[in-house]
Amino acid sequence: MAVGVREYSRIREIKGPLLVVEGVSNVAYDEIVEVELATGEKRKGRVLDVMKGIAVVQVFEGTTGITTTGTKVRFLGRPLEIPVSEDMLGRIFNGLGEPIDGGPPIIAEEERDVNGAPLNPAERAYPEDFIQTGVSAIDGMNTLVRGQKLPIFSGSGLPHNKLAAQIARQATVRGEEEEFAVVFAAIGIKYDDFIFFKKFFEETGALDRVAMFVNLADEPAMVRLVTPRAALTLAEYLAFDRDMHVLVILTDMTNYAEALREISAAREEVPGRQGYPGYLYSDLASIYERAGRVKGKKGSITQMPILTMPNDDITHPIPDLTGYITEGQIVLSRELYNKGIYPPINVLMSLSRLMKEGIGPGKTREDHADVSNQLYAAYSRGVELRSLAAVVGEESLSAVDRKYLEFADAFERRFLSQGERENRSIEQTLDLAWEILAILPEEELTNIKEEFIRKYHPKYRKKTTQ
Amino acid sequence: MPVKGRIARISGPLVVAEGMEGAQMFEMVRVGEDKLIGEITRIRGDRAFIQVYESTTGLKPGEPVEGTGAPLSVWLGPGIIGTIYDGVQRPLPLIAEIIAKEAPNRKMFIERGVQVDPIPRDKKWHFKPAVNGGGVHIGDKVEPGDVLGTVPETSLIEHKVMVPPGVRGRLKWIAQEGDYTIEDPIAVVEADGKEIEVKMAHRWPVRIPRPYKKKLEPTLPLITGVRIIDTFFPMAKGGTGAVPGGFGTGKTVTLHSLAQWSDARVVVYIGCGERGNEMTEVLERFPTYKDPWTGKPLMERTILIANTSNMPVAAREASIYVGVTLAEYYRDMGYDVLLVADSTSRWAEALREIAGRLEEMPAEEGYPSYLASRLAEFYERAGRVEALGSPDRHGSVTIVGAVSPPGGDFTEPVTSHTKRFIRVFWALDTKLAYSRHYPAINWILSYSAYVDLVTEWWHKNVDPRWRKYRDEAMEILTRENELQDIVRLVGTESLDERDKLVLETARLLKDGFLKQNAFDPIDAFATPQKQFKLLRMFIDFYQRALELVQHGITVAQIRQAIGRLYVEMVKAKFTIPNDQLEKIDELRERVLKVLDELEARSG
Ligand SMILES: Nc1ncnc2c1ncn2[C@@H]1O[C@H](COP(=O)(O)OP(=O)(O)OP(=O)(O)O)[C@@H](O)[C@H]1O
Ligand SMILES: [Mg+2]
Repeated sequence: MAVGVREYSRIREIKGPLLVVEGVSNVAYDEIVEVELATGEKRKGRVLDVMKGIAVVQVFEGTTGITTTGTKVRFLGRPLEIPVSEDMLGRIFNGLGEPIDGGPPIIAEEERDVNGAPLNPAERAYPEDFIQTGVSAIDGMNTLVRGQKLPIFSGSGLPHNKLAAQIARQATVRGEEEEFAVVFAAIGIKYDDFIFFKKFFEETGALDRVAMFVNLADEPAMVRLVTPRAALTLAEYLAFDRDMHVLVILTDMTNYAEALREISAAREEVPGRQGYPGYLYSDLASIYERAGRVKGKKGSITQMPILTMPNDDITHPIPDLTGYITEGQIVLSRELYNKGIYPPINVLMSLSRLMKEGIGPGKTREDHADVSNQLYAAYSRGVELRSLAAVVGEESLSAVDRKYLEFADAFERRFLSQGERENRSIEQTLDLAWEILAILPEEELTNIKEEFIRKYHPKYRKKTTQ
Repeated sequence: MPVKGRIARISGPLVVAEGMEGAQMFEMVRVGEDKLIGEITRIRGDRAFIQVYESTTGLKPGEPVEGTGAPLSVWLGPGIIGTIYDGVQRPLPLIAEIIAKEAPNRKMFIERGVQVDPIPRDKKWHFKPAVNGGGVHIGDKVEPGDVLGTVPETSLIEHKVMVPPGVRGRLKWIAQEGDYTIEDPIAVVEADGKEIEVKMAHRWPVRIPRPYKKKLEPTLPLITGVRIIDTFFPMAKGGTGAVPGGFGTGKTVTLHSLAQWSDARVVVYIGCGERGNEMTEVLERFPTYKDPWTGKPLMERTILIANTSNMPVAAREASIYVGVTLAEYYRDMGYDVLLVADSTSRWAEALREIAGRLEEMPAEEGYPSYLASRLAEFYERAGRVEALGSPDRHGSVTIVGAVSPPGGDFTEPVTSHTKRFIRVFWALDTKLAYSRHYPAINWILSYSAYVDLVTEWWHKNVDPRWRKYRDEAMEILTRENELQDIVRLVGTESLDERDKLVLETARLLKDGFLKQNAFDPIDAFATPQKQFKLLRMFIDFYQRALELVQHGITVAQIRQAIGRLYVEMVKAKFTIPNDQLEKIDELRERVLKVLDELEARSG
């Protein structure tokens, strides 16, 4: 793509965020474009479709005010790139990666294509380092590991920001001093939400290891297609060229997907489910798959995308396709939230697929897997019996079944529920789990090996300490 | 002369080239200055529509497009097993090596335009001609599929070097035992006065099924070690199956289990539009895991094809055909091959995306109208066959595809069409997955058309009462499902004692038999014998308890009498390993004895 800048001014059509430019030559697919309005204002765009003599350009900042005459379109001869440098930590950028904090310009160590390139699966290293978040529902039952992509599925008004902040503050890999560098991408979020995170990073004194890429709700929607990619481009640089462990928070991916739908509609593409383009899955994957570890490199990228499920519906295409790509999900529940439980994590719908590698002897504790399985089995039975009891009355349940109801309540009130600043160690989490499991008759603990029951069950523990 | 044209348009993975007179449908072409790999999917006038298997970023109209004169093909020969390929048979480790030479810090990324050999050209293989016993002799008439010799490809796979398709004549010369590369001739066949050099490798177009003598009925079970599969919904060698389920329900874990434990000789694992880490997991793990049937490292029987979700979408479409062609090749040698594809939905989406770019008329949910016929063609490439050539060989390709229905809704086009072409349906259930009942295979919605066919094998090799026990267990589970509707209205306490026993036994079966932890060293793989003994223990308990109930003893009394034995029964699956099965019999006898005593006391 090594050609110089070429300028054209014949605009045939303006349609939504798209410009159709005529008379062009030597234009490359995905090339970056600068649009200069008659007023002198400059915008950025990208080539989406190119035929002989014609290019379709998507303008990130929108086409408002663009005229067919007097507008200059410059093709810059390269894909969209951002400079990358370690100095970007501690700085704030717009959604296209340009500094907006009034600080000095970034002295680029390198310019990188924001689209990145797919990681070679043969060069990846499987993630397996346990991250202690201090949140029992996560550490105990949906363990996060370094290099995982684990989204939070939330609903409007639910405390996903609080939870993400708590995780960012508390996340540590035990036995290592090093803290995570954080790359934060605000994708079409409200100013309030942005300020929440900004203040949070300031208060925790973390600002100098955070880079923020910010596109707010009132800023151009098309930029949202670039924001997460710009953020991940920096993250890849920090992780794989600078050996850092990077935590990437992308919020809110629902806004991203809506911007994608808008551009797809403008291009009159055949829509898939609910008007989202058929390639939404592949497009989201090109973002989410930019996480992980690679062989022979110390650094890693752990991704925590946040998305609000439209109408709390987990089958909506955005959470659905996200779940098909990420390595699990943390699902927030309005029902638990209304009961006053924080964090309101619906553990049954939540999942960490990489948990098995991150837990066990030497990593967490030998009984971890069994305890987690037992908590799931018992809590799901408790929830099921709870709805049964609502119909037939508690008295039509057997004595054992009533114990399950008691367990389910204790699980929510004691295990799930914790303070926003409460940072539980994994041992505390597991011991707490045993305490509530002890509500059930011992014969019900069919998921746990006998030796662990003897060693960790409060009943036997008391005996040995007496 | 291969055609030469120029790019006229680029739109995502689709490139339109003009000046392409003489191009063939499905011809493989090289696109642009970087010579990206593409395939012609439609021709109109002098224009060819090309799906490009690499990122098209930076391509420009006017760049050259060159035909290769041949359809997209794979190389077949020794050196395939143990390799991880991309969707068009490029070894991924070699791509990394080549990139490392130019940009060491970019080694972990896949860049475009890298050209690598699918199988090593310089590696020497120890070839042993099949000239003894029932083998070939100089002067013999040979035809495609005849085994000329063998090469130890891995410690598990003896590679049969066969007369390639299309070569027929008199064997004029065959190489002595020794070390040869795939470029060295190992035989000469004379046909119509012409001499044809035969080498150890040849090419085959991926979209054309490889020929065989005839198809046979699948009668042997593919043993997987997964209890709910082998006992209730068995797969047959040469059969077809689908694993549909919403995200996180266990499709990949199920396919990994099959790849890991099944008694296939060769496994082709296609990661089609799924996660990079899932391929890495197999790559890291399989070389250290042992094949339960031979004790050799699993990688020595495995071929991986990785076109992950972030890799170019067109190659996803091709990867399925590349995989099944490799599977057929080993089938032709006489091996039982298992092909698993995760996920066929991503393949269908690739089809949809390309059809959309071609502005084809969409049918259901934007999928092209030929979705069903493409699915049918793919699953038809499974089967147990009599291979071409001599000596006589039977081989099979078993195909199991994961299906990822949007929103977990099985009525969507890919699931519903797939159901028409497969014979085993392992329906994964989101509710079971939420309560961590794994494998989350729903025993009411799932089915296998092979139960009758494999019964004989079980009766011969495991126990002649297998079918009786299996059907009885299935009946209990079905009955429990009906009872649950009543329970939801009135609770359990008011049920009849016999129904309570059904609930109790179903719970035992669910917790002690159906649930199986793929990550527990003892539980993950259950031999057919272990499966049978566990089942027998639960069903004998049920039968005996039923007699007691009929004599007026309550289920609560029974439960109380067996006490901790109940937990022991449930835990037997992960406390009793495959080589100590007498312990299951002992446990069973202890349970029955307690019931005898209870009867005596009450009687
Ligand atoms: N047999 C099993 N034993 C233990 N755990 C299991 C089993 N099956 C599934 N799981 C658990 O469920 C998780 C999700 O399974 P899996 O990754 O196979 O889902 P999937 O259906 O392939 O999802 P997706 O469509 O998103 O790829 C696993 O990470 C594992 O924790
Ligand atoms: Mg999967």
